[in-house]
Amino acid sequence: MTINEKQDELIEEFEFLSDWMDKYEHIIEEAKELPEMDPAFKQDKYIIKGCQSKVWLYPEFKEGKLYFQADSDAIISKGLVGLIVRVLSGFTPQEIKDADLYFIDKIGLKEHLSPTRSNGLLAMVKQIKLYAIALSSANKVQQ
Amino acid sequence: MEIKTENIQEYLTYNGSPVRDQFPSLNQMVYGKPLVYLDNAATTQKPWKVINAIQEYYTTINSNIHRGVHYLSQKATDAYEVSRNSVAEFINARNSREIIFTRGTTEGINLVADCFSRYGISEKDSIIISSFEHHSNIVPWQMLCDKTGARLKVIPMNEDGELLIDEYKALLDDTVKIVAVSYVSNTLGTINPVKEITELAHQNGSVVLIDAAQAVQHLAINVQELNCDFLAFSGHKMYGPTGIGILYGKEEWLEKLPPYQGGGDMIKTVTFVKTEYNELPFKFEAGTPHIEGAITLKAAIDFIKEIGINEIAAFEQGLMEYATAAVQEIPGLNIIGKAKAKTGSLSLSVQGAHPYDIGVLLDKMGIAVRTGHHCTQPIMDFFCIPGTVRASFALYNTTSEIDTFVTGLKRAINMLV
Repeated sequence: MTINEKQDELIEEFEFLSDWMDKYEHIIEEAKELPEMDPAFKQDKYIIKGCQSKVWLYPEFKEGKLYFQADSDAIISKGLVGLIVRVLSGFTPQEIKDADLYFIDKIGLKEHLSPTRSNGLLAMVKQIKLYAIALSSANKVQQ
Repeated sequence: MEIKTENIQEYLTYNGSPVRDQFPSLNQMVYGKPLVYLDNAATTQKPWKVINAIQEYYTTINSNIHRGVHYLSQKATDAYEVSRNSVAEFINARNSREIIFTRGTTEGINLVADCFSRYGISEKDSIIISSFEHHSNIVPWQMLCDKTGARLKVIPMNEDGELLIDEYKALLDDTVKIVAVSYVSNTLGTINPVKEITELAHQNGSVVLIDAAQAVQHLAINVQELNCDFLAFSGHKMYGPTGIGILYGKEEWLEKLPPYQGGGDMIKTVTFVKTEYNELPFKFEAGTPHIEGAITLKAAIDFIKEIGINEIAAFEQGLMEYATAAVQEIPGLNIIGKAKAKTGSLSLSVQGAHPYDIGVLLDKMGIAVRTGHHCTQPIMDFFCIPGTVRASFALYNTTSEIDTFVTGLKRAINMLV
């Protein structure tokens, strides 16, 4: 599945949830289903700080692909992070770097990406992109 | 805390109708739900009286003050000074020279701290604040300490969120030059015994500043009775416009202190060799001020006076008691701040639920509360929590809104825990 196919899958999942509370119910489920992060990686250096909730993000580069483990102390932040990890984990740095994350807007969660939101989601997306940019330029140098 | 909820007034009235009818912004739907606005400690909504006064200012008065000889400038100057008089009367200052218009509480505190950093504070001195100050009443003093080498001392509190007065007495030694405390905590709702704090400070020869940002909209303030040397508050938290605030200062102190900023309006004469500063209060009002805000603050004060600050205080006390009793029924919920004397803010924490999550879910139910550290990170460290959910009340809230809040809170907790 491509990044966009994964995004479309998520959009479809949320399509039937017209009520806000149902949407957040689903996000909370997403948080519960997110594979548990290895406690060894829950270090300060992997924290992406929002004003109110903490997000941990640990990147791993294996066989040309980037994988992410993530967690948060707030369950809605964790669910949102889970959605992004679901979409972006397991792709090449180039694919991640070029990805246009349209699903967030489509499922009505755009407000969580505004710079004034305090959940650190925007900072997390930026951080993922930075990892991808760093790795893809390093790859180019190696080639 | 024993709470009796009988005889609590459902809502406050104004000219025979619910007072909230005076606040057009409250009458709206958010996410398809009627707005329940419980973020009043952050800012209050505005009544028609203030909104109309702002419109009237721009349609009939707008002009720069104190300089023009023309009709409109005179009209604006008169309205500006009439408003200053009305503030002086509202807090019972001796005269309007003791009333400085600022941008808000934060600027008022910064003004005092900055001026004192250039007036007799040295590395031998110390400043006392309390453990539940807003960052606005911490950071300006830290900056003063950085500049002068003075030390910052902090009055500790107990688990209920009340200051330990004996510990405060122990901190008061001859190094203490300034005591700066809040009247009411924005996070815990605690009403501090500021009169006693002031008396003790004065016995020690220390100057007292009171941050009244969370008090002036809830309690009658009488600066002569409190006998504080400075008192700061904001217009926007008392139903007035944003960007305007008041610093009250005793005339003797305002005379002694050096000016804050330099510029127009704060001078009498300027040559390249020497500038003679203007008299009070203009000495502390450099540049064109927020004229509209200053003038229309009077409308907010008039509105409060029409209802009566004591009636407001009694009504809001009822809301606080009603809300406290209602949330105590919720399993796993803790009230953060259980002081005997409280007003304005009710902070909560729920076992197993992050305040951020609760805030997001309440928002989608149309309920506006504040979540996080409320600019009081040391309080969160004290209670070892990441933040609280804070409901804060104003004169237009109703017991049925509190019912909606409690129902919403229960629903959110069900989803999260």
